[in-house]
Amino acid sequence: MSPSVAELLLQRLERTPPGPDGGLCSLEAAAALGLDHQTLVGAVKSLQALGEKLPGAQVGFSKAMANKWLRLDKGAPGGPRIFRAVDAVQDVVQSSLQQVQEGNGGSLSERERTDLKRRKLLLEVTLKSYWIRKGSAFSTAVVRQETDLTPEMIATGSWRKLPFKAYNFSALGLPPTCGHLHPLLKVRSQLRQIFLEMGFTEMPTDNFVESSFWNFDALFQPQQHPARDQHDTFFLHDPAEAPELPASYMARVKKVHSQGGYGSQGYKYEWKVEEARKNLLRTHTTSASARALYHLARQGKFTPVKYFSIDRVFRNESLDATHLAEFHQVEGVVADRGLTLGHLMGTLQQFFTKLGISKLRFKPAYNPYTEPSMEVFSYHEGLKKWVEVGNSGVFRPELLLPMGLPENVSVIAWGLSLERPTMIKYGINNIRELVGHRVNLQMIYDNPLCRLDA
Amino acid sequence: MPTVSVKRDLLFQALGRSYTDEEFNDLCFEFGLELDEVTSEKDIISKEKGEGKAEGASETVLYKIDVPANRYDLLCLEGLVRGLQVFKERINLPRYEKIIPAKGEGQKMIITEETVKIRPYAVAAVLRNITFTKERYDSFIDLQEKLHQNICRRRALVAIGTHDLDTISGPFTFTAKAPSEIKFKPLNQSQEYTASQIMDLYRTDSHLRHYLHLIENKPRYPVIFDSKGVVLSMPPIINGDHSKISLKTRNVFIECTGTDMTKAKIVLDIIVAMFSEYCEKQFTVEAVEVVYPNGKTHICPELAYRKEKVKPELINKKLGISETPSSLAKLLTRMCLSSHVTGNGNNIEVEIPPTRADVIHACDIIEDAAIAYGYNNIQMVIPKTYTIANQLPLNKLAELLRLDLAAAGFTEALTFALCSTEDIADKLGMDISATNAVRIANPKTAEFQVARTTLLPGLLKTIAANRKMPLPLKLFEISDIVVKDPTKDVGARNYRHLCAIYYNKSPGFEIIHGLLDRVMQLLEVPPNEENGYTIKATEGKEDTDTVYCRGCFGAQIFPYSLRRTFCCR
Repeated sequence: MSPSVAELLLQRLERTPPGPDGGLCSLEAAAALGLDHQTLVGAVKSLQALGEKLPGAQVGFSKAMANKWLRLDKGAPGGPRIFRAVDAVQDVVQSSLQQVQEGNGGSLSERERTDLKRRKLLLEVTLKSYWIRKGSAFSTAVVRQETDLTPEMIATGSWRKLPFKAYNFSALGLPPTCGHLHPLLKVRSQLRQIFLEMGFTEMPTDNFVESSFWNFDALFQPQQHPARDQHDTFFLHDPAEAPELPASYMARVKKVHSQGGYGSQGYKYEWKVEEARKNLLRTHTTSASARALYHLARQGKFTPVKYFSIDRVFRNESLDATHLAEFHQVEGVVADRGLTLGHLMGTLQQFFTKLGISKLRFKPAYNPYTEPSMEVFSYHEGLKKWVEVGNSGVFRPELLLPMGLPENVSVIAWGLSLERPTMIKYGINNIRELVGHRVNLQMIYDNPLCRLDA
Repeated sequence: MPTVSVKRDLLFQALGRSYTDEEFNDLCFEFGLELDEVTSEKDIISKEKGEGKAEGASETVLYKIDVPANRYDLLCLEGLVRGLQVFKERINLPRYEKIIPAKGEGQKMIITEETVKIRPYAVAAVLRNITFTKERYDSFIDLQEKLHQNICRRRALVAIGTHDLDTISGPFTFTAKAPSEIKFKPLNQSQEYTASQIMDLYRTDSHLRHYLHLIENKPRYPVIFDSKGVVLSMPPIINGDHSKISLKTRNVFIECTGTDMTKAKIVLDIIVAMFSEYCEKQFTVEAVEVVYPNGKTHICPELAYRKEKVKPELINKKLGISETPSSLAKLLTRMCLSSHVTGNGNNIEVEIPPTRADVIHACDIIEDAAIAYGYNNIQMVIPKTYTIANQLPLNKLAELLRLDLAAAGFTEALTFALCSTEDIADKLGMDISATNAVRIANPKTAEFQVARTTLLPGLLKTIAANRKMPLPLKLFEISDIVVKDPTKDVGARNYRHLCAIYYNKSPGFEIIHGLLDRVMQLLEVPPNEENGYTIKATEGKEDTDTVYCRGCFGAQIFPYSLRRTFCCR
């Protein structure tokens, strides 16, 4: 290995004759050595840095300064210098260490010991020892308990003679790795099941985007109804308007709203098609029921039907622990000749009994599209009061007749949210813990079966 | 649903008996009302503003009662009491009468041409020799506010003005003038302002600022003058201070202006019907002649009684009861629909009073019969028709796939259908225009800007909210997404997507790839080009090294450094 620049410089300096001018010019030396001057300056700096330090003084320098054995002159020519400050020193550390070496470490004070330990001059080691006696099951032969049964033990039959470790039955076992269904959708599956058991056919609800026409006008909901306000409904910017509305049906709807007809006085206001064209995110699945009933009316000969749907609806509401901008609506519809309010109540009784709710009470209510209308209340054992569990009614003639359904056909319907019974069933207080991305996955992992009849 | 709050003791006094909270709650339930809350002014203030502020407030017990949105006749104590008393057959339904003054003596209101473009309709009436008390006065003001908030759609359709007739002199003129031409002292102000100054004055008013937009940008503002040029009001914003009504007012001039004639008539009928109770000649109203720009006159209020005929058997048939015609007539009379049997019992003649504007069809009459009969007294019956249930094929498949994805060890998530544009575009390295997304016009927060076009962002957000959970996270969701589609009647359509995500320290692309293979296996789609599915690398853009597979299902696989996902549709 070739000598470093610093070494070359030092060798050259050694050969320099002594005297008051004894030294080297860096420029000359660089030229003589055939080096770049900057490289030589680098070497000088690194040698300078060496000189600043006191090799081997790391252990005691700061202590010697603290004891005032040394004196530092920062202003000395050529950089800081250290001078001897006392004639003789009494080294306590040395004598302490000697004591330790002689085995008398115990005589050092706690403070001395920690001081020496901190300075890494002393290392403390804890030595543990045991006292061994015979126990109750003392034997001279050593036998290890087996933890698990192995294929070899079974093959050789050795398991018969081997002792096995006891299992800890008070601990939980290892949970199986598994997939999980979402609790709200488990309730949805059960509700679908209930409807199917009751002979109800599922309606298509595959359009979150709906026109105001189907969502409101077709349901005989007047155009100035508060529900059609911006702060209750999400209207669309794009596509802002529905390209296609059923023309002749729409004309009948317009007439019944503005002038009446089919035995009705109507609402006597100016019905506007622009209002009906406005697209929105459906506020209820009753719009889907309207489509299904219209479809039914157009089939020519009327056949009685039972329909249901469970799907998402949207409300432009402020969010809190019990309200979301989107939730699931459950809806049931029966269309037949000669249906009565008693039939509605009987159907509701059957439906809610299957849901595990049998104590029902019916309260008169108002819905723009049903007459009569009734809210369904159930006695809540936990809350010790009657709580609303659903809303229902008989669809108005102003809704059904313009569709073309025969006059003697009545349609009864009811609806409820999927979230509410789920929250009650699983004891969830904040809806945001159940629905949406802030859901607690642990809750989903731990969620039990959904048995509504229990 | 509107809520009416009434003083309990005053209510019981008016009803002529007292109830326990429970008894009254039951009465409400039966009648279709809801006793929402039992409270006091003190309670309300301490709840809203804190304990300290409530001191000194009244401790009188208040009943907050929820009233159906179509029953405008129940929006004040007077109406509630009248409704319940008739329902319980404690009083007979009063008949509201219109008194038409002799020619030349009555009040007159002339509507000018200028109103046509801004507030074309007006109706008016006079309550003569009324006796107000503090409670009656408060109730009168409250009712106006309730009507304004409900049927009047926050004064957009109708605005009500009530004036002390003795401070003004007819005939009155309802016209529209340029804002600078209108100058008067508004209610409870000490000086006169021009109309534009009034608008500025109320721009910060917590109550009135909500109505300014109704006329603000119009060249002319509506205004009502009396014969001496006194400004009665500037509808729908504020009345003049001059004609302010007080406890001492004896004669009240009521004007309703608006954009919907039917509703203006209903509102006027309700006010006069409710408060004519306190007139010297109870339940009478003095008519006002309203002259329209075309010269036609209209005598207000209308107070129209309409007669309808309903077949008793129709009521029985629709409700599933079997009552005699006379008992049905009695039931209806209890609901303020005074009825009697006509002919040989084939018909019931029902008289619909002006207070019941909600009755527009026979079915409304039938509902009233049901309420009077008592919903809970109706026999429950199960419909006899036999129907075969059918599942929607798409939902049937989704239900089956959900079970098998859970069986594959994946956990079902339920994410929102609404999100921000960023979620479906920028954050996935796409431009929003390329997503074909449906955009919402009036989102309250950035979280409601668009309907999702993919389930992926929701699943990623679910993972972000569950970082404390042990790895790996394996999630899936089968739900709808929405995209624009001009071929659909509404211009948009839903697609059912299956999306799964694998989140771990290493991407585990082969795991998500394997899940896709499993899904295809479950759907009996073989891995081949001819009749099955294949996975093909596409020419990936910069960050999205997207992989597609096409079979009978199109699918996308998005590989990211930490998350491997796929959406299948």
